[in-house]
Amino acid sequence: MSDSNLAVPELGGVEIHGITRGAFVLKSALAAGAVYGAATVGPFVGRAMAQSGGGDVDIVNFALTLEYLEADFYAKAGSLGLSGDLKKLAKEFGGEETEHVDALTATVKKLGGTPAKKPTFTFPIKDEQSFLKLAQTLEDTGVAAYNGAAPAIQSKEVLGAAGSIVQIEARHAAAIRLRRKESPAPDAFDKTLEKSAVLKAVQPLIKA
Amino acid sequence: MSDNAVRELAGDDASRKRFLKMVGTGGAGAFALFLAACGSSNDKSSTSSGTPATTASSGGSPSQDLKIVNYALTLEYLEADFYAKVAASGLFKGAQLDTIKQFGDQESQHVDALTATVKKLGGKPAPKPKTKFPLDDAMSVLKLAATVENLGASAYLGQAGNIQNKEVLAAALSIHTVEARHASALNTLLGKGVTPDGAFAKPASMADVLPKVKPFIAA
Repeated sequence: MSDSNLAVPELGGVEIHGITRGAFVLKSALAAGAVYGAATVGPFVGRAMAQSGGGDVDIVNFALTLEYLEADFYAKAGSLGLSGDLKKLAKEFGGEETEHVDALTATVKKLGGTPAKKPTFTFPIKDEQSFLKLAQTLEDTGVAAYNGAAPAIQSKEVLGAAGSIVQIEARHAAAIRLRRKESPAPDAFDKTLEKSAVLKAVQPLIKA
Repeated sequence: MSDNAVRELAGDDASRKRFLKMVGTGGAGAFALFLAACGSSNDKSSTSSGTPATTASSGGSPSQDLKIVNYALTLEYLEADFYAKVAASGLFKGAQLDTIKQFGDQESQHVDALTATVKKLGGKPAPKPKTKFPLDDAMSVLKLAATVENLGASAYLGQAGNIQNKEVLAAALSIHTVEARHASALNTLLGKGVTPDGAFAKPASMADVLPKVKPFIAA
């Protein structure tokens, strides 16, 4: 095969038949899988179950807040003067996060709740590198937040929607990680985060 | 959404025959084995008292969880074996080989975790299927890898709502997003969009998935 067949050659870093191109570095990936070991699924559950409480409305509003954050983040990235490929990616991902916002808003209403208000955010991004770095953090955190909260969801329909969304977050995370030459999948089992830990992590980005 | 189809396929001989007829008869023996792996509802031990209590309110069915986990286990066996064969094929070197090995290692960890989960649920783990993959050249292998991973991600998503046991659900979700990461990375390499379904990933039922993996199971 010709390397020029790869649509994103700069990411490829791919060596095929001895043709080398840049680095396609997958740091620390092999080590990470050992964290949970294979023997038990217990560690996931401990955290997932620790966050019981306000029912599906609370969980969906929590997700909505994170989606507001991500949508706003990508919108702001539009003014950074990103390079063509990355600009396109930010626009695409941002559009998808906005669709998540809309879907989750509708879900809260359908559940009879009041949708969370959109906070005002502040993002410390000034160039491509800082954008990519924060994007990775936000997307990885999103995955961990959804995976942590989802087992507590009661409605099968809401669970299905959350699953549909978290897969997109994971895809975003992996794509961003590749652009940073990080492993797209650092662990064999994605880690989970409790709601309180997530909120604490994103607190510096919330102005009001 | 898919559990009815699954129950039919795995538990009912008549529909199993219909299904096999539908997907073609070649390799039916091996495929029947796969289906048998997915259906362990008759396994007496599946209702043993060692089964973790389910917290689902819908009167959870441990045997359904067992079917789902064994189904996932079979898919993970396929993926792990695929990457092992690709790694041994000599088609890839260097950093890309490292990636393949990493993904393969992660699939093997999924195999181990799901095997342990089946046992914990009091069931019998599905047997490792014999696989066959066309490994002709690097580009077609990358495309096949992307196909398999995207299918895997949608297969997990298709089962999430059917899983009764919260521990099993949490594990499945944690694996689901890793399959999605693999799929995204491979799609990126191939210049495909990382989110081929748009903002909301589409689930695939067992009835969707089984015919698509059948060609990879050796007779």
